[in-house]
Amino acid sequence: MDILRFITAGSVDDGKSTLIGRLLYDSKSILIDQLEAIEKQSRNREDGEIDLALLTDGLRAEREQGITIDVAYKYFTTPKRKFIIADAPGHIQYTRNMVTGASNSDLVVILVDARNGVVEQTRRHSIIASLLNLPQVVVAINKMDLVGYSRDVYNNIVIDYSSVANSLGLKNVTYIPISALNGDNIVDKSEALDWYDGPSMLELLETVEVTQDVNLADARFPVQYVIRPQTEEHHDYRGYAGKVISGIYRKGDKVLVQPSGHASSIRAIESGGVEIEEAFAPQSVVLHLKDDVDISRGDVIVRDDNPPSVSQDLEAVVCWMDSKPLAAGDKFLLQINSRVVKAIVKEIEYRINVNSLQNEPAPGSVSLNDVVKVKIRTAQPVVFDKYRQLRANGGAILIDETSNVTVGACMIA
Amino acid sequence: MQKYKLDYLDQLESEAIHIFREVAGQFERPALLFSGGKDSITLVHLALKAFRPGKFPFPLVHIDTGHNFQEALDYRDAMAERIGEKLIVRKVEDTIREKRLTEPKGKFASRNALQTFTLLDTIEEFKFDACIGGARRDEEKARAKERIFSVRDEFGQWNPKLQRPELWNTYNGRIHKGENVRVFPISNWTELDVWNYIRREKIDLPSIYYSHERKVLEHEGQLVAMSEFINLEPSDTVITKRVRYRTVGDMTCTAAVESTASNIDDIISEIIATKTSERGETRIDDKVSEAAMEDRKKNGYF
Repeated sequence: MDILRFITAGSVDDGKSTLIGRLLYDSKSILIDQLEAIEKQSRNREDGEIDLALLTDGLRAEREQGITIDVAYKYFTTPKRKFIIADAPGHIQYTRNMVTGASNSDLVVILVDARNGVVEQTRRHSIIASLLNLPQVVVAINKMDLVGYSRDVYNNIVIDYSSVANSLGLKNVTYIPISALNGDNIVDKSEALDWYDGPSMLELLETVEVTQDVNLADARFPVQYVIRPQTEEHHDYRGYAGKVISGIYRKGDKVLVQPSGHASSIRAIESGGVEIEEAFAPQSVVLHLKDDVDISRGDVIVRDDNPPSVSQDLEAVVCWMDSKPLAAGDKFLLQINSRVVKAIVKEIEYRINVNSLQNEPAPGSVSLNDVVKVKIRTAQPVVFDKYRQLRANGGAILIDETSNVTVGACMIA
Repeated sequence: MQKYKLDYLDQLESEAIHIFREVAGQFERPALLFSGGKDSITLVHLALKAFRPGKFPFPLVHIDTGHNFQEALDYRDAMAERIGEKLIVRKVEDTIREKRLTEPKGKFASRNALQTFTLLDTIEEFKFDACIGGARRDEEKARAKERIFSVRDEFGQWNPKLQRPELWNTYNGRIHKGENVRVFPISNWTELDVWNYIRREKIDLPSIYYSHERKVLEHEGQLVAMSEFINLEPSDTVITKRVRYRTVGDMTCTAAVESTASNIDDIISEIIATKTSERGETRIDDKVSEAAMEDRKKNGYF
């Protein structure tokens, strides 16, 4: 059994929470007391129908306002897979939440209201999916019951969305007509939609291939912590603790320690105290090297084939996540995996319009939820890959040194 | 093709170990909050995998409400001894006396709310900058929204609207003096994942997790263990039942479930078949209001 992490994108009105509630409910992941709690809340509402959306609206503020203000994580398991859902709100002002939720996802479900078709928000969510390079896109055309389960309506939306997908270069796009409210095509195939011959939503989620998201070719191991017991028994023990974020490491492999560039080879690999012959992504292990090289947290041990870039200059697409604006010349801390360095945003090259994907002239200052292309210079070298080639080593965050808040998400170009 | 694929439990384990090591790498004075329950026992097991043969870069900290199950306390002491790690115990009893706090009243007078005072005092006493806890997002709706690195202000308060974006597997643990971070390495695990992991790793648990005979009181459909902390009313009848605990908290706020499951396979079968959630079935403290957890977290609860 493996894990599929996916994000759902759409507004409240698209029925996103209802879809999640329906997946949890129909896969029997909702238990009686949770159902009773929402039944009780539903009774307080005017219509009295059980509102499955209440399952995902966690905070009182959200329930009162009927909105979702932050990413919520939901879990369900079928005999085939464990699922982790990042439920991200669809409001314009919360683009940063979708970026956050999408950063750890293998797949995005984009909800489209069958009555409205592809709208500005659909485009925005698709652009974010493309910026974050999500391997799989599922377009769920919802509320089919409200358009008489019309095949034509569905087909027209598919045609419309295909052109969006093409212009964004989205790969692996799948379309499903559904009614989250009635449960059509969620777990079981719907009779009302008998003209549709693809899988139901759950079947698709259970079978979609996610292994392509794990890169086994480019070996990267950011050192998180050095284990040195300095006891009698382990006098000379010096182990580099970290996670293989991509690739495979085997005993005897020739490696480089970046950014210093020192060469060595792997003497031993341990996992949970047991010696193993090889380690692969995403295993957390301890590496031992043959030579006594100076290595500390933030260094990256890489295999000497397919090495990453090591540079103080990089270009990145940045999603700005702070209410305090960004301007050229601003200084930050840049964190990529375990490495943190001082950085300056030297130049804002242009802004990417997330509604049209057009490049626009760089704004004087960059506001919350703006997506811009920037040039960054760091105080020390950074070890990175292009985000499009290797997500695990191509994403970095910008931290405001005075507030300590994460203010930007960088996809390194 | 299957060769380089990690099973879901291995993926969850690796993620948790990664988070532990981020704490070790980013903080000066972390601590592991240990309650004696299965989730924090799982945390200790994961920490052993993350740091052995080295020592833990943090002590274990137990906030003792004085209402604990003796079995959990015995387990705690034996475990600290066995793994040779430092254990710090701070008692709610002492905080009540020193700070002249008012003991809650009522039939099940729970010190659950008071333990936040002791926790915050302990954080201040040792200047802890990170506290690792065993909370899971599947437990409760407010927890479903919390970050893995959750920043708390100097009052320990969680502000759900001002959470830091948490991207990829990059954790930003930078804080100002006085603030601290609550870290939840098993955020993405469900109750069933924890049990499956305990079975796979053969992790030893306090005996109260398995079926045993106990004197209990039936209260609004929940079975509450008889103890000196419960104020019986004349109309109450105490009965003896075969029960086990699905969660272990205070005797006054954790309910038992009727069960004959005496080994882990039976427990897992019961959990798969259950129709009630973990907290719903066993936690008396969550029933006060719909937003009970949200409110407690905002006040510094972990």
